[in-house]
Amino acid sequence: MIMTRRERAWIAVKRGAGALRDRWFPEPASAPLLSQKAVAGPVPWVIAIMTALTVVAAAGGLALGSIARTAEADLAGGVTVQIAGPAQAETRKQASAAVDALRNLPGVTDVRRLPDAEREALLRPWLGDAAMEDGEPGEDSLLVLPELIELRLAADAQDTGIESIREALAEPAPDATVSADMEWLAPLEGAISALQWLAVALVALLVTATAASVLLASRSALAANHDTIEIMHLLGAHDRQVAQMFQKAAGLSAAAGGAAGFAVAQATIIALGRRFADLGPGNTAAGLHWYDWIALALIPIAGVALAAFTARITVLATLRRMP
Amino acid sequence: MSLDPSPLDLAAPGFGNPTGPIVRFENVGLRYGAGREVLSDITFKLHPGRFYFLTGPSGAGKTTLLKLLYLAQSPSRGAISMFGEDASVLSRERRTELRRRIGVVFQNFRLVPHLTVFDNVALPLRLAGTAEEELVGPVTDMIEWVGLSRATNQRPSTLSGGEQQRVAIARAVITRPDLLVADEPTGNVDPQMALRLLHLFTAMNKMGTTVVLATHDSTLMHRQGDAAVMRLEKGRLDDPTGVLRNPPDRKGMR
Repeated sequence: MIMTRRERAWIAVKRGAGALRDRWFPEPASAPLLSQKAVAGPVPWVIAIMTALTVVAAAGGLALGSIARTAEADLAGGVTVQIAGPAQAETRKQASAAVDALRNLPGVTDVRRLPDAEREALLRPWLGDAAMEDGEPGEDSLLVLPELIELRLAADAQDTGIESIREALAEPAPDATVSADMEWLAPLEGAISALQWLAVALVALLVTATAASVLLASRSALAANHDTIEIMHLLGAHDRQVAQMFQKAAGLSAAAGGAAGFAVAQATIIALGRRFADLGPGNTAAGLHWYDWIALALIPIAGVALAAFTARITVLATLRRMP
Repeated sequence: MSLDPSPLDLAAPGFGNPTGPIVRFENVGLRYGAGREVLSDITFKLHPGRFYFLTGPSGAGKTTLLKLLYLAQSPSRGAISMFGEDASVLSRERRTELRRRIGVVFQNFRLVPHLTVFDNVALPLRLAGTAEEELVGPVTDMIEWVGLSRATNQRPSTLSGGEQQRVAIARAVITRPDLLVADEPTGNVDPQMALRLLHLFTAMNKMGTTVVLATHDSTLMHRQGDAAVMRLEKGRLDDPTGVLRNPPDRKGMR
């Protein structure tokens, strides 16, 4: 083949550059049989990006669950009795009778009648300072301040407690209305539940996309190494030997990508957690517990396992086509 | 299929027959897909410790025949016996074991691009599980023998075609195989290096390795006067009693 001067010069430059590289950055005496970079291809990048997205989505779902559980724990067993009588004296009378009746009721663990100051503080934002100060609630005031009684039910009384409270108050406080604190949480619980399902669906989609991306990236990287696989095969490598080499190289590359993706996700979660600290229990980022972090750490590990497994089955399939 | 007891015996008259053949082809044919046969009715035996040239015009099927010899291809018909074992019934494990007894110099070298010269030459030993401390000496000596000591730590892309070919040869003989198959091993080197490489093959042969060397180089064939010559024409092996016998027939090599 006749080469032009330009081609000859280009080849000389390439050889020279290669020789300098080999002199300055020599390969170690026992270089791995496979080039990590050549085997991995885009796999580390794919794993890093998909891991980061999946971990953030999963963390969102877990954090919402944690917030819902915390709110539920705070409100479960809580009951509020409100007495809004026609006149202040009657209201006070019914409240006192209600407190007495409730203290003797089985299943009630704590009863607290809210003092005037506390109730006024609750109403002040709605009625304004002038209304509260001009017509100081009392016997002669036109403003009848409702009485509020907070009580807690024992865990085993939570299901039937509300009805028994209503029955117990029917006579001593006929103007009392009884409501479980959990009823206020119901709309929020529904919203959180919907968001959780959204997070689950997102994670499922991302896991599927990650699996598909890793599969395709691994297969394309291995297709590029078809020659190396064949050379090893012809030089007397056992199928399992070649598969193990590729599996190890692909696994290590995926581990690097997974670790990077997880680190990015962790930083994002912690940063977001600080922003939403008031919504969570406050002791961990975004309301995540140690076991949530373990669950999240399984995502990059699963990515690595998938990449290694894909490499193994792809190489074995390639080798099976060779006699 | 059972093997015919008397296929073309390339070690027969004048060559002696120290032990049984290590390779035996009987009525071997090969076709790719539904195409025509690229090899037809190939029948011969190779004996241990002998030197064979495989010649013939381009496209005659030399490389394909060599592929059958180093177990990279399975025949479409006929029977092949390697080292006394029927190749058609070999398990994958056993086939690999037999491959380790065969050294191959590929026509296009097939060096691993990201490995240095040292690692390419050491590759068959590493695949066979040789300890690192045991392979350094032999690999270094072999690289020195093919005249590439200065390039030990270079990658193939920085070497010339002739240098790459010498690395491929070093890799093929490093395990001292029982059978050495070389496809145009002197095609890219100068006559002096070609002669030197022939001496290497001869030395291997004297140590007991059966050598099968595909070449167009008639000078090389004349220098190895006691070798047998197989000539392929359009996928068929010529009559051994004429062209294929030692001394090589000039007419047959043209």
